[in-house]
Amino acid sequence: MLRFILKRLGIAIPTILILIIISFLLMHSAPGGPFTSERPLPEQVLKNINEKYGLDQPMYIQMYRYVMGIITNFDFGPSFRYKDRSVNDIIAQGFPVTLKYGSWSFIIAVFLGLSLGIVAAIKQNSLLDYLSVGFSISAQVLPNFVMAPILVLIFTLYLGWLPGGGWEGGKIQFVIMPVIALSTSYLASIARLTRSSMLEVLNSNFIRTARSKGIPKYKIIFSHALKPTLLPVISYLGPAFVGMITGSVVIDMFFSTGGIGLHFVNGALNRDYSTIMGITILVGCLTITFNLFVDILYAWIDPKIRYD
Amino acid sequence: MKKLFSIFFAVLLSFLFATNLYAAKQHPVTGETLAADQTFTYWALDEHSSIDPQIVEDVSGSDIVRDLFEGLLNQDADGNLVPGVAESWSANDSKDVYTFNLRKNAKWSNGDTVTAHDFVYAWQRAVDPATASPYSWFMDIMSIKNGGEAISGDVPPSELGVKALDDYTFQVELTASLPYFAAMTTHATTFPTHKATIEKYGSDWTKPGNMVSNGAYVLTEHVINERLVRERNPMYWNNSDTILEKVVTLVIPDENQGLTRYLAGELDKGPVPSGQFKKLKAEYPDEATSFPRLCNYYYTFNLSDSGIEAFQDVRVRKAMAYAIDRNVITEDILQAGQIPAYTFTPGATAGFDVPKVAFAKMTQAERDAKAVELMTEAGYGEDNPLSFTMIYNTSEAHKKIATVMAQMWKQKLGIEATMENVEWKSFLDIRGKQDFEIARGAWCGDYNEASTFLDLLTTPSGYNDGKYSNAAVDKLMEEAKTLNDASTNYTTVERILASEMPIIPIYHYAGVFMLNTQLKGWPYDNVEQNWYSRNLYKVAE
Amino acid sequence: MIILNKKIKTLSENLSNIDPVKGRSLWHDARIRFFKNKAALTSLFLLICVLLFTFIGPIFAQWSNEEIDWSVLGDISTLGYPSIESGHYFGTDELGRDLYSRVIQGTKISLMVGIVGALIAVTVGTIYGSIAGYFGGRIDSVMMRIVDILMSIPYMFVLILLLVIFGRSILMLFVGIGLVSWLDMARIVRGQTLSIKKKEYVEAAITIGVNHFVIIRRHIIPNLLGVVAVYATLLVPGMILTESFISFLGLGVQEPNTSWGALISEGAGTMRYGTLWQLLFPLFFFVISLFSLFFIGDGLRDALDPKDR
Repeated sequence: MLRFILKRLGIAIPTILILIIISFLLMHSAPGGPFTSERPLPEQVLKNINEKYGLDQPMYIQMYRYVMGIITNFDFGPSFRYKDRSVNDIIAQGFPVTLKYGSWSFIIAVFLGLSLGIVAAIKQNSLLDYLSVGFSISAQVLPNFVMAPILVLIFTLYLGWLPGGGWEGGKIQFVIMPVIALSTSYLASIARLTRSSMLEVLNSNFIRTARSKGIPKYKIIFSHALKPTLLPVISYLGPAFVGMITGSVVIDMFFSTGGIGLHFVNGALNRDYSTIMGITILVGCLTITFNLFVDILYAWIDPKIRYD
Repeated sequence: MKKLFSIFFAVLLSFLFATNLYAAKQHPVTGETLAADQTFTYWALDEHSSIDPQIVEDVSGSDIVRDLFEGLLNQDADGNLVPGVAESWSANDSKDVYTFNLRKNAKWSNGDTVTAHDFVYAWQRAVDPATASPYSWFMDIMSIKNGGEAISGDVPPSELGVKALDDYTFQVELTASLPYFAAMTTHATTFPTHKATIEKYGSDWTKPGNMVSNGAYVLTEHVINERLVRERNPMYWNNSDTILEKVVTLVIPDENQGLTRYLAGELDKGPVPSGQFKKLKAEYPDEATSFPRLCNYYYTFNLSDSGIEAFQDVRVRKAMAYAIDRNVITEDILQAGQIPAYTFTPGATAGFDVPKVAFAKMTQAERDAKAVELMTEAGYGEDNPLSFTMIYNTSEAHKKIATVMAQMWKQKLGIEATMENVEWKSFLDIRGKQDFEIARGAWCGDYNEASTFLDLLTTPSGYNDGKYSNAAVDKLMEEAKTLNDASTNYTTVERILASEMPIIPIYHYAGVFMLNTQLKGWPYDNVEQNWYSRNLYKVAE
Repeated sequence: MIILNKKIKTLSENLSNIDPVKGRSLWHDARIRFFKNKAALTSLFLLICVLLFTFIGPIFAQWSNEEIDWSVLGDISTLGYPSIESGHYFGTDELGRDLYSRVIQGTKISLMVGIVGALIAVTVGTIYGSIAGYFGGRIDSVMMRIVDILMSIPYMFVLILLLVIFGRSILMLFVGIGLVSWLDMARIVRGQTLSIKKKEYVEAAITIGVNHFVIIRRHIIPNLLGVVAVYATLLVPGMILTESFISFLGLGVQEPNTSWGALISEGAGTMRYGTLWQLLFPLFFFVISLFSLFFIGDGLRDALDPKDR
């Protein structure tokens, strides 16, 4: 197992490098630059600005300096758009926000989704089952950019229970709606997956054996059926995680939370090269770590898998 | 007995004192009862790019900078010049040397006095290539001696024609005679900055806690893409007149969301999503506001060699301009008091009389008929349809207008216009390279005078993306720089534009927003919309 | 003896009259199982209805999808209301354009994006995965490492960058969305190939000396189709959702063309202003189609998966 982890970490480094190179090249191929503006800058000023940000150097030098800056100082450079801030500032402020509502969304989606799915499978074909399947599928297809404004209309305008946006350091009333908007569709997917997986497991031979041995129902579910049920769900966690990061763009836009999702999209549109690179690298590292964690979890649960 | 009486008296006094404290305050001039909570929260679409006065380049940033810093002069609610840090100013006869006398009690938020040296430092910093200010071109058009040379690095910034004659006298030398120079000092780029702070913190100096400013407010909180908070600066020389305690900017990238939160009471000033003004005005007549602004909206033909041949024909251009029913756009689509435009310069511009150009006087039916006539003459029509691509930058409102225009052209002139929506940076890039056929444009005046608009259409202008060139226009605009009253020149230029139609004017902007009725003091008559929080206040409900 | 003869005679007569036994292929079994699944069947029917609607619908349309009805422009919430008389069966959008035609067009484009995108992902992924799985060893290692690396790249970011760089066209949308989704398919196909590779008929083919690529084409890929079909059906809704997100960001299809994503995000924006139909009609088609695709995908999986007995 240790060898496996080390090997994966070993691959992570070239992965990040390739990620950097691809993003860098893509970024610089886009028309317009960070300083293209409606009032085009006089040539000299443009030259000054380009010099200041090192944009006048050939690409490979720019890339080299950028990578060196990260390795030696963890310095992701200045933001080209928000001239008073460095990328480190932006990430330091935005990442905890996304992390907080992202983690809560994840936890809720997993726990509620699992519970819903298990209960639906146990009480198959009951009213509860039909309701949960119905809910799952509707929630899965309702896009979060429709759900978010509806939530605000209900909870802020009509009921007045929750503030319509903002973050203020992450007090709970600002976290609730983003979490609902983000987690719902993943909750639904997990519920569906769990339900169908558990149904399959409950019909398998070893469960039948356990039942015939007289083991009580709840022991069967939690000691015997749960682990195999989790396997497809765990495989889904990786894509779910990536999906939530993407979905966070919508959350940031509607709830003004200041998270990194919106920073990335704005960065792409504003050609803020350094911010995009910084966030891409950050998210890339997170994805790799998360996938590694998921694979380990998978191996722990399923003794048949051996990573060598 | 005496002791009891004095205790009673003391208690009575303190009681009176306390109730006076809790008694509702009143506005010193109007006498209105002030609200207990003097916080103003307003909506911003996007995070500004910087609040460093020499680097700020957008309107939302300038709004904030005007609260945090104060320049030589300010504008009052009608847009007239009033003293700021400078108590008085004078110019020599040839209007190329301006002297400003600063007040002695202006202070920075850390207690230091604001002196003429701070202005010298700031202005030199604005032209310093090391600062790389995106607004250094503004310093250039101010025609300060050695301004252009300092920007291009030929001359060190210390050679800039600004001097501190003494601690409280600031003098500027110009290379041309500019009668309206003083008005340009209300612009954020000319505001003073605190040298010691910038040298100590470098680019971190604009963070709350580090920043030292001389305006009515100091920066207390700044979270990018979420909010910015500024609170009363007790060191401000006129602090006793400031009523609002706290001003909060909330960034909400979605207009509809902004309106929802305004209606929920979280904002005092909110957006009016495009097309919703009429309805909102009917529902909230006192809150929905609209007033003329100093910006235009137009489409420009590419008249350079890379444009299409058809656009070289003035009849085609005129036909396309005539066929647009501007009233449909302003009354049915935008619905917020925008003004149909037949000239490039908005009527709200000071000293500009909107000339009644020919096609403005016709009815729409007459214009349509004339348009068909012109197009047929030029050889296009249903059997030989003109086709081209029109580009605009991504936005709901632009999309609506472009769609409507394309349909009007199609139905009246049989034109096949393909719409292309390009995101902002790519759009600027394409338009700047003349890589387009017809493109949307808009321009807001940098100062309240027609040349800020008409200079765009002169041959040497760096912003003339359509590459329109007319020697008469160039001559008239060159002349206008030195004339005391250039309005005849401007009128003539507009007439030339109407007969050559290098651009199709669509409408002139209206400022539109929802404003809480409790908030008073908003400068509606200031066309540049330079508003200062220290002039605003909230009354009790 | 005589009785036995008679019996034998009857028996032999009967035997010769019996029809030859028809073989039952696995596809046949799967088809039967699929049609037994009521949910999947209903969904298939609904989806076909939606498809038919896109073909037949335009016949009834009185307005094109880009024509502006000037008479409703001033006040959409009252004048743009859905009605049979005005010809705007679904009402109008914010600009006075007929929502009925726009929904038809949006449905066409979104379904196309979903299906074509899924096809691209399936094709690329299947070929890549089957080659990797079949050849195994170093080739497999390298190919799968590449997939792992590409999977770590936040694909949405890359997609946004691609759209910004190469401009927006439907082609770019297909390519972009397809490009980011083939990775999962490749992984699944590789796994399947590994197990198919061990089957006897493949071993036999190798022994005879059949060309590797012919084996892949004739033995491996046809046996993958079951799994591939299932995942492809599940991919389509994902693609449509991705496309709707891109349209929400303003990077999707160009005007005057439209898609579900664009219509829904426009409708969601005007929810409060009394024009709910602008949201409900496209949302309805969107939800129904995705629902159906999910159920069909599940049904296919249940039908083709031999484990589920």
